[in-house]
Amino acid sequence: MANMIPISTVTVGSGGAATIDFTGIPQIYTDLLIKVSTRDNLAYSWGQGYIRFNGSITGYDGRQLYGNGSSVTTATGSGNWGTNYALAGRGTGASTTANTFSNGEIYIPNYGGSYYKSYSYDGTAENNATSAMAEIVGGIWSNTAPITSITLLTPSQTWQQYSTATLYGIRKY
Amino acid sequence: MTDTKIVVNCETGETTVVTLTSEEIAQREADAAAFAVEQAAREEAEAAAAAAKESAQAKLAALGLTADEIAALSK
Repeated sequence: MANMIPISTVTVGSGGAATIDFTGIPQIYTDLLIKVSTRDNLAYSWGQGYIRFNGSITGYDGRQLYGNGSSVTTATGSGNWGTNYALAGRGTGASTTANTFSNGEIYIPNYGGSYYKSYSYDGTAENNATSAMAEIVGGIWSNTAPITSITLLTPSQTWQQYSTATLYGIRKY
Repeated sequence: MTDTKIVVNCETGETTVVTLTSEEIAQREADAAAFAVEQAAREEAEAAAAAAKESAQAKLAALGLTADEIAALSK
């Protein structure tokens, strides 16, 4: 049975943050898991949420399936959100119920291996209304380097106070 | 937009708030531009899908289908 071991938790302070960076990630686990609960100030029914591995700005691709309360749509990384970051960890946007935060989790198996890295994201941007986003994402980072740092970013906005991210290591035993 | 980031050193457990470097600010601006393109594409696709749905429903109504019958087609 796998064990889930908390590595570190971040809560954004009153000034907000452009990014949340986990650095010096220990290479002693098999997989990584990040639990996110975030909000940004994008004036929309949902916010932004992307990740980068090792600060790299190339090699990301993926497929997104999302519902927004009225329809279900798919999108591709290469065609819709670019290849310089990976879609994951979306926050709740500013045009939503006050004080609501998204919830989701990013799973990164075999992060220390010497082959391309896959990841998945499952989450929802909360909103007490008919329009809110629920999504799942599967993606790949075409890079063979072990993942030693992870950046959670909201490209044109700011992570709002009380947004949180917790990094876990997954062990097989 | 804020110009600070939160850095967690998982080896030491230390958390610091750091001012972005000029390179990081430039990257952030590039990211914002990329997001704007993505957002515009997404909104355009959603608007096109909604318009197509509305058009299809109008054509079905013109053929004599009731609102309940049209709704049943999408379940």
